[in-house]
Amino acid sequence: MIPTSHYLLLSLALFTVGVIGVLTRRNVIIILMSIELILNAVNINLVAFSHLYGSVTGQIFAIFIITDAAAEAAVGLGIIIAYFRNRETVLADEMDLLKW
Amino acid sequence: MPGDLMLNIVLFYFFAALAVVSAVLVVTRKNVVHSAIFLITSLLATAGIYLQLEAEFLFAVQIILYVGGIMVLFVFVIMLVNLDVSLHQLQFNRQWWVASLLALVLAAQFLIAIWLGRGAVNLSPPVAAALQPNSELIGQKLFENYMLPFEIASILLLVAMIGAVVMAKRRI
Repeated sequence: MIPTSHYLLLSLALFTVGVIGVLTRRNVIIILMSIELILNAVNINLVAFSHLYGSVTGQIFAIFIITDAAAEAAVGLGIIIAYFRNRETVLADEMDLLKW
Repeated sequence: MPGDLMLNIVLFYFFAALAVVSAVLVVTRKNVVHSAIFLITSLLATAGIYLQLEAEFLFAVQIILYVGGIMVLFVFVIMLVNLDVSLHQLQFNRQWWVASLLALVLAAQFLIAIWLGRGAVNLSPPVAAALQPNSELIGQKLFENYMLPFEIASILLLVAMIGAVVMAKRRI
């Protein structure tokens, strides 16, 4: 039997890689992909605990998180398309219209 | 059954290694399309881990929704937006080392938390049949105990759909 802490460690590794991606990359599309990685890491935790306690509640929360990820990806990519049409850039540090 | 147990362990470590390696490649690749492909690999490996954790419904949802839906959306937007210029630009911002350091400090804190809680978490596994008619159990729970969150999630999806359509329209 694989101990649950190994699932937590896997989730921690994916989460850390995602956080580093969000904080260091300049391309907004890759930042969105890193957010998907973070949400995925959370889902692994939920499913691992659902397995540990023998209850499907964790899996139901994982379904809600997947729903949120879909909504977030749709709106985020819509914003990227609108921004690219106006400013011709996808780099996060060039999006400084509100900075003075 | 020791054979099954062995297979279980091998599958878990294989999928875990695949997920982590492709996640690292998502963050480090220069080409956005390569990042998207590696993100698909990482999500599929996660789906394998769900299957190994007896979450068959979530396994199907992960493949259909993430790999089939969200990733197609990503690839579409990459095709619409991708500039050849951006391949030759700097890929990481100026504060990358501070950010990585802070992220690693955060990871170390979580690691300590997992280490301290390892006794509570590594309990003996429950009876194997508790999760077993998986789709039926999820359906019952979802439509009995979690009906209101389910409806709110559908409203959220409607709002996101309208938002995405309005956002991507040519004239707002």
